[in-house]
Amino acid sequence: MTEPLLRELSRPGRPTLAIGRPDVPATALDIPEALLRDNLPLPEVGELEVVRHFTRLSQLNFSIDTTFYPLGSCTMKYNPKVNDAMAALPGMRNIHPLQPEASVQGALQLIHELQDLLAKITGFDGVSLTPAAGAHGELAGMLMIRAAHEANGDGERRRRVIIPDSAHGTNPATAAMAGYQVSSVRSDARGNVDLAALRKLLDDDVAGLMITVPSTLGLFDEAMLEVSQLIHEAGGLVYGDGANLNALLGIVRPRELGLDLMHSNLHKTFTTPHGGGGPGASAICATEALVPFLPLPVAARRFDGSFYLDEDRPQSIGRLGSFQGHFGMLVRAYTYIRMVGADGLHEVSEAAVLNANYLRQRLSEAFNVAYDRACMHEVVLSGLRGNQVRTIDVAKRLLDYGVHPPTIYFPLVVPEALMIEPTETETKATLDAFVDAMLAIAEEAERDPELARSAPHTTPIGRLDETAAARNPVLHW
Amino acid sequence: MIEPDEIPSDRRYTPEHEWARREGDVVAVGITEYAQHELGDVVYPDLPEVGTHVVAMEEFGALESVKAASDIFAPVTGEVIERNEGLIEHPEWINDSPYDLGWIVRIRMDNPSEFDALLDAAAYRAHLDG
Amino acid sequence: MTFVPLTESERTEMLGALGLSHVEDLFALIPAASRFPEIPIGPALTEMEAVGLVESLADRNRSVARAPFFLGAGAYRHFIPAAIGTVTSRSEFSTSYTPYQPEVSQGTLQSLFEFQSAICDITGMDVTNASVYDGATAVAEAALMAMRLTGRGRVVVAGSVHPHYREVLRTYTAPRGVDLYTTTVSAGSVLSEEDIAAAVDGNTACCIVSQPTFFGEIRDLRPIVEAAHAAGALVVEAYNPTSLGLLRPPGAWDVDIAVGEGQPLGIPLSFGGPYVGLMSCRESLVRQLPGRIAGAASDSQGRRGYVLTLQAREQHIRREKATSNICTSQGLIALTALLYLALLGPAGLRAVAESCCETARYAADQLGGIRGVEVVTPRPFFHEFAVRTPLPAAAVNRRLAEHDIIGGYDLGCAYSELRDCLLLCCTEMTTRGQIDLLAGAIAEIVKGAG
Repeated sequence: MTEPLLRELSRPGRPTLAIGRPDVPATALDIPEALLRDNLPLPEVGELEVVRHFTRLSQLNFSIDTTFYPLGSCTMKYNPKVNDAMAALPGMRNIHPLQPEASVQGALQLIHELQDLLAKITGFDGVSLTPAAGAHGELAGMLMIRAAHEANGDGERRRRVIIPDSAHGTNPATAAMAGYQVSSVRSDARGNVDLAALRKLLDDDVAGLMITVPSTLGLFDEAMLEVSQLIHEAGGLVYGDGANLNALLGIVRPRELGLDLMHSNLHKTFTTPHGGGGPGASAICATEALVPFLPLPVAARRFDGSFYLDEDRPQSIGRLGSFQGHFGMLVRAYTYIRMVGADGLHEVSEAAVLNANYLRQRLSEAFNVAYDRACMHEVVLSGLRGNQVRTIDVAKRLLDYGVHPPTIYFPLVVPEALMIEPTETETKATLDAFVDAMLAIAEEAERDPELARSAPHTTPIGRLDETAAARNPVLHW
Repeated sequence: MIEPDEIPSDRRYTPEHEWARREGDVVAVGITEYAQHELGDVVYPDLPEVGTHVVAMEEFGALESVKAASDIFAPVTGEVIERNEGLIEHPEWINDSPYDLGWIVRIRMDNPSEFDALLDAAAYRAHLDG
Repeated sequence: MTFVPLTESERTEMLGALGLSHVEDLFALIPAASRFPEIPIGPALTEMEAVGLVESLADRNRSVARAPFFLGAGAYRHFIPAAIGTVTSRSEFSTSYTPYQPEVSQGTLQSLFEFQSAICDITGMDVTNASVYDGATAVAEAALMAMRLTGRGRVVVAGSVHPHYREVLRTYTAPRGVDLYTTTVSAGSVLSEEDIAAAVDGNTACCIVSQPTFFGEIRDLRPIVEAAHAAGALVVEAYNPTSLGLLRPPGAWDVDIAVGEGQPLGIPLSFGGPYVGLMSCRESLVRQLPGRIAGAASDSQGRRGYVLTLQAREQHIRREKATSNICTSQGLIALTALLYLALLGPAGLRAVAESCCETARYAADQLGGIRGVEVVTPRPFFHEFAVRTPLPAAAVNRRLAEHDIIGGYDLGCAYSELRDCLLLCCTEMTTRGQIDLLAGAIAEIVKGAG
């Protein structure tokens, strides 16, 4: 059953939400005709139809609240509902970004405290919460590295950033946006950065390294400290992609791994909802030497105890977005961290890592495990053993079992990759049901591979022809 | 008709899986059967403008599939004198007929001797098997 | 509260399956000296305690829902229909991720497709992406896009574009060594601006203009568009979507890239975010448009569905050659904007725009009638206008706060010559009573000051 488009539900003259007119005296519009539009072709749909349309559309989605969603590298954990309730408080929701400071002291205090909480969790000295998403945090970080080298008079020479081949595509895209050339360093047989290959890439034109900790292979690099040290010896800075911070809460402060900078995704580790792709929110964390370069603004506290947004930071890379970040997301992350508290942090990551290893152990019965060692918060498989059906087919068949598939075909360095991140908020029963489904698919693949190849069979729509969609794009109604 | 596993001997090849067929001072350029298979269904060819000067073994365009994009490298140095406009409407020609309908550009060589340095069909076959 | 549901016996059983006795054994690779640090962030709170804490913070903020309030400057107080929250709080929308599996993401994908379509409707542009972060980053991405398309290195931005947008433009373009030229805004009896068209030269990738301007003015864009196109430069228009209920849309001005801040479309002020960046372009430029794009597709049975398409532009495929590093759209906020446009329809959007014009004109008339106060935004304006008073704007705002009125934006924060100018905004939410209160207070404040 396909849901019609609003355009198809529209009828000319259908009454829509009444706006009325204000209580000021009526005045004639003084805008010349040439500056006015002659028609406005929006659909005309009544309120009940709008509500039904979108309620029906919502029912076509898998989501955390309806199904297990072990999408690797995305940390699809439970998003506590109290977070949303707090962001919706009138004192949080109905405040203007440029309101007088005295009228938003609570909001400023919240941002200031969240900066401090994240600094303590990550071990860094300063935090700015202005980035709108992980990629935006990365951009801030790379611009800070650039600014730091420029401040040292070394900006012209250091033009290259090293990135492991297992990295997410965002990393090289970000480095390029910050004006850097990218050198890729390969991973070794144990999934670590290949130290010999890294050494060969090091020269005095290296600005830094972007490294995901733990890696996108779900592994903690066995030579992490040495990697950082090598970069520092070459005069470079180490940027940590904190997308996988959910493995390290209360386990290790990432700064102590030799990182100079790191961003953390509040929508992953700190339970702000993913919203069908956004909005995200991100914190960019820096060591003392790099704090002056943080993006504007940073919340600060005066001696009299009042809070303000500090925009007088002459070495800052500047402003990253319209205002001071995704405040609504910051309220949610703050609420969550306060509930987790000091003792809860390691409990979160321990459970996340235990769950991933439990899945690794059980799934190894039928699937190739990409690296045969303990994983962190996610496990990367390399296809079904025996290869009767491909990873894409396993993923599509999982839909019939009511499970959102893991991340597939990423990292690129693992053939037929399935990247599974269960998170800490799932019960053992859910994990076992997932394993049962995966093993059942493996068994079906032996018996009747066509079942997976033609899957999904139970979803509202089958596999869509993405080639035709891209060859002849239809991008609006 | 060229069979899928055939490597035509009337042209030369790059290790990056482009082919070049000589027509006097000009070479026609395309990608090989192996390359189109690896890339999957091409959805968009990003072609250089006519008049662009290209350098041997440097990228001069890209072919996009749904889930990948592959740079195209120039087999020889020279000027793009013609591009296959038909590919804009029919990117599938690259998949269906990589050696014929799916040609990508014609390049006038700065130094025709460059052509001779490219792999011949046997050497390209060895490269694929290696 | 960690929301970890495992029981002790389940934990033991799972560890047993791994041949381990302690969960700590899973972390043997972490450098021992740094392992399991004390993190002094205070004790875990129950939900009840956390609510108490956050409510106490919220109590120290002044909600402007019904206050006499005249701030705009890029974020606007508009009425938000209740049905929007009902739909956006459905967790099938809020707790799903980027639609990587289209078969179980049609809700998100069709919504994005409809969002793109609705934004094409109001802007008159050919193609719209699934959104970027906000208005400021949309402007910056548009400039980078124009530089890629033209291969040129100069960007001309009107000084009457939102000052924060210009700052973000600088942040984004600095690493490219761009020649960023900003036209000068002059303070006279009315605000005027250096000729934008004259600043465009043969090396200009684009010129960026705001309609209405940051000062609220509505201008004839034709001379700028014609001059830019004659020089081979693109035109980027930053628009306010509410104003498009009335105004000639970017497509009709023949601009190449249209960007906007979507916040006025039913999105709460929320101290500055999350909002949604709107970004549209000509069809011929779509391969350089950054961000996610949803497109129509069909399955093997011919059923209509939607997918993310033209992905070869994006970071996960192109890596360092991508159009941008952006991974996400503002999904849920784009849905909010779509719901707003769907509920209001053309008549509703027009009515909001007209109401904004009416309240703003009433306010300008009241304030302009005060001795010593001048309206310096040229007419016609939309729903914002600048006034000059005999006192510094900061002082006026402070005094207004004593009257419990939240005043306007102090233009001196961004334009050193405009320290005595306030940018005021009225919308359909602004009442006559609030405007009269403001006028009365300002009359009292400026009395005898000039």
